[in-house]
Amino acid sequence: MQKRLNKEVLSKLTELGIEVYGQIERGEFPRIKLPIRSTSNILFDEELKQLVLGSYRAERTASNIKQIRSLTQLLWVASFAKRLVEEGKSSTLRDLYYHSLNYGIRFREQLESDDTVTDLEALLMEPREAFNIFPKERSSIFGDLTIEYTTPETHKGMRANLSSNPDGVMIGLSVAQADFISCKANKVFVIEKNAVFRRFIEERVYERFNAILIDTAGQAPRLARLLLRRLNMELGLPVYLLTDADPWGMHIAMVIIRGSANAAHLRELTTPEAKWVGLWATDIKRFNLPSFPLTKLDEDRIRLLEEDLRYRDFEWQSELQEFKKTKRRAELESFSAHGLSAIVDKYLPKKLKMISEAS
Amino acid sequence: MSGEKFKAISAADFFYKNKEIAGFDNPVRATYTIIRELVENALDACEQYSILPDVRVKLIDEGNSIYRLRVEDNGIGVPYEQVPYAFAQILFGSKYTLRQSRGIFGLGGKMAVLYGQITAHSTVKVTSSQGGYEKYTYELNINIQENKPIIKRKEVMPNPSRWRGTIVQFSFEGDYVRAKPKVVEYFKQTSIILPYANILFIDPDGVIYRFDRITNIMPKPAEEVKPHPHGIDLEMVQRMINATRSSTLVDFLANNFHRVGVATALNFLKSIKLRPDANPKSLTPKELLTLVNKMKEYDGFQPPDAQCLSSVGPELLKAGIMREFRPEFVAVTQRGAAAYGGHPFIVEAAIAYGGEIPITPPDELTVFRYANKIPLLYDLHSDVTMKVIKKINWKRYKLDPATMPLAFFVHICATKVPYKTVGKEYIADRPEVEYEIEWALKTCARQLRIHLAKKEKAAVVQRRLSVFEKYLPMISQFAAELAGSPTLPNYEKVLKRLQIHAKEIEQRSIVQIN
Repeated sequence: MQKRLNKEVLSKLTELGIEVYGQIERGEFPRIKLPIRSTSNILFDEELKQLVLGSYRAERTASNIKQIRSLTQLLWVASFAKRLVEEGKSSTLRDLYYHSLNYGIRFREQLESDDTVTDLEALLMEPREAFNIFPKERSSIFGDLTIEYTTPETHKGMRANLSSNPDGVMIGLSVAQADFISCKANKVFVIEKNAVFRRFIEERVYERFNAILIDTAGQAPRLARLLLRRLNMELGLPVYLLTDADPWGMHIAMVIIRGSANAAHLRELTTPEAKWVGLWATDIKRFNLPSFPLTKLDEDRIRLLEEDLRYRDFEWQSELQEFKKTKRRAELESFSAHGLSAIVDKYLPKKLKMISEAS
Repeated sequence: MSGEKFKAISAADFFYKNKEIAGFDNPVRATYTIIRELVENALDACEQYSILPDVRVKLIDEGNSIYRLRVEDNGIGVPYEQVPYAFAQILFGSKYTLRQSRGIFGLGGKMAVLYGQITAHSTVKVTSSQGGYEKYTYELNINIQENKPIIKRKEVMPNPSRWRGTIVQFSFEGDYVRAKPKVVEYFKQTSIILPYANILFIDPDGVIYRFDRITNIMPKPAEEVKPHPHGIDLEMVQRMINATRSSTLVDFLANNFHRVGVATALNFLKSIKLRPDANPKSLTPKELLTLVNKMKEYDGFQPPDAQCLSSVGPELLKAGIMREFRPEFVAVTQRGAAAYGGHPFIVEAAIAYGGEIPITPPDELTVFRYANKIPLLYDLHSDVTMKVIKKINWKRYKLDPATMPLAFFVHICATKVPYKTVGKEYIADRPEVEYEIEWALKTCARQLRIHLAKKEKAAVVQRRLSVFEKYLPMISQFAAELAGSPTLPNYEKVLKRLQIHAKEIEQRSIVQIN
């Protein structure tokens, strides 16, 4: 996949260069048309089932003194990306920021260079991973899946089974881009927090449910979302999402299913088939879970989600309404009140059954 | 002073008892006033005869608060026989014609001499020559009770160098230490408005203040004119009637008043029902009063014209300001002649920006006021100029007097300056005068705004170009790298376009302002 991406990205970057080169040669002010990334230009695409950018574009041109600097920055990031891809090297956002200092490209702070990278993503309609710029990773995977590394050169062709490390294996670039060799599991559990992920490993959930476990550690990073999509699409594994019963947990599930506004310019990061298993707001009563009152912040968040296009389906709306009614929230760990393995023994089978019956 | 007729009045005593009204109320103020009065006389002696002024002033500390002043000019000189009356008799001029001069009748100078006599028992020593083969020196006192000159010594000397001018020396009680800021400021401001004068001042500490002429061009001297009927009073008309040789009212009016001819006089007399052939000397007091009052009101007289005025002119005013402040820009304007109450006047103004003009604290302003070329140093805040400056909405002109290095100059030339008090320090807010000052300053402000806008535009264009010069090579380099081209694109064309573009913007902005 990375090979394909790299090749396409290279040609897009070259095209960009040729265009700007031509503009200068013709004596025109160099300019680039960029999709607008503000919320006014973000739509929900029914077919892709994710947020996408609308058709509005803004010109960034050197004839405008206020834009010439950011145009230069964007072109520098593009040339930097091209070098990375050509030389098969990778970089992080932080690393890129420091590199910029060598080139006399003044970013006021890393936030600005990060933003320029996002501009390039939007311009090329490719995730930054496609031009080898990666965020810091924190998600991990555990399960009976054998992979063969394709990057970096040093590990190319080496194989690994992802159940070999009881702490889970970090989902970095190499794991996300690896080829899948063999997989015994028939489903994927995505867990919002590490404590429950560990409990699942200790309770042999991977064996009992024949599942691959993924710990997102909060909002799923892009590489985790990319890997999830591949597991779902390439291996046909159903994906089940487990989060806290609060608006924040709910949204972690939603971003995996329908994408985030931040990445509305990108495709192929979502897993529309993934199912949110819980915890639902209604699970609090159903399973008699210890709960806490919602905070003011929680309630504001709920009001915001109510109006979010991604939440307009009945199931999601009714969960939001339940939160508003009960004003209670619960965490995944709350099952511990019913015994160490209650979540695995009682909850999971029951919820999976409910979901398969519903669909 | 040559050719002028004088008539004695018993005024010396009057002055002796009322010296504070003319600016002699304390030693500090007296020091300033005395120097000023003598310098003004010296300048008048030159300017009225189109002589480029060369005035040297020296003040010597004689101890015990007594100072000796020496003022030398290269003016027309005082005729030998008139010296005693010109310097040692408080006189009232007999002329009924008017023209712009710094002071009327040289009264101030005589008061200064009298003050010296009272406070320091000083005689006044006058040396003068009209450029003939002789020069002469007098030592004089004033007999205060009888208002008569007392000649202490008199000497006539040969004048082989044909020197012409007047040297006046006398002592007085003063306080130079405290008067110094005003005195120095006076010389500085005088030099601004008289860029064609050499002025030298040596103060008691031996410090030399020297202002050299930077131009040989002088404004034309003021011509004498008869008084305008709108500007007269009962006493004045009474005196004129006493002196006239006209035997009919119509002749009297036509011969003695500015802008009044026979036809105008006839129309006027008809409107107030006085017989044109009446002898003016036979008018009853009631008729005289009617005549004077109606003359002031009658709107059939042409407004006074300004030939009697000697304005400095935009070029000279600008030159004086440039010499003193080396500003980045001076906007100068001269209004046309106007009149208030029958007195013609002209307002000249300038606003200077930048250079050595100081940035004052926000609540202070740098304002230079002149009346008939005399700098006004006191009571700025009561002056009409200040009122106008406060009234104008400077924001409209993109100016901020509180934060920008601005200096304002306003010069009023008039046959009669509308001073508010006898101290001659500030101008009253006569609506006509106020209006002229306001428009003069606004005209200058508009010029300055255009200058600043041009400068700002030029700076913006320059900044823009430098930004492009910085970023275009980078953009070219990155574009070449992206395109995989070993050579950079040629961005000179873009830069050239940019320069044309910049020029267009500049021109557009100038059009907008105009």
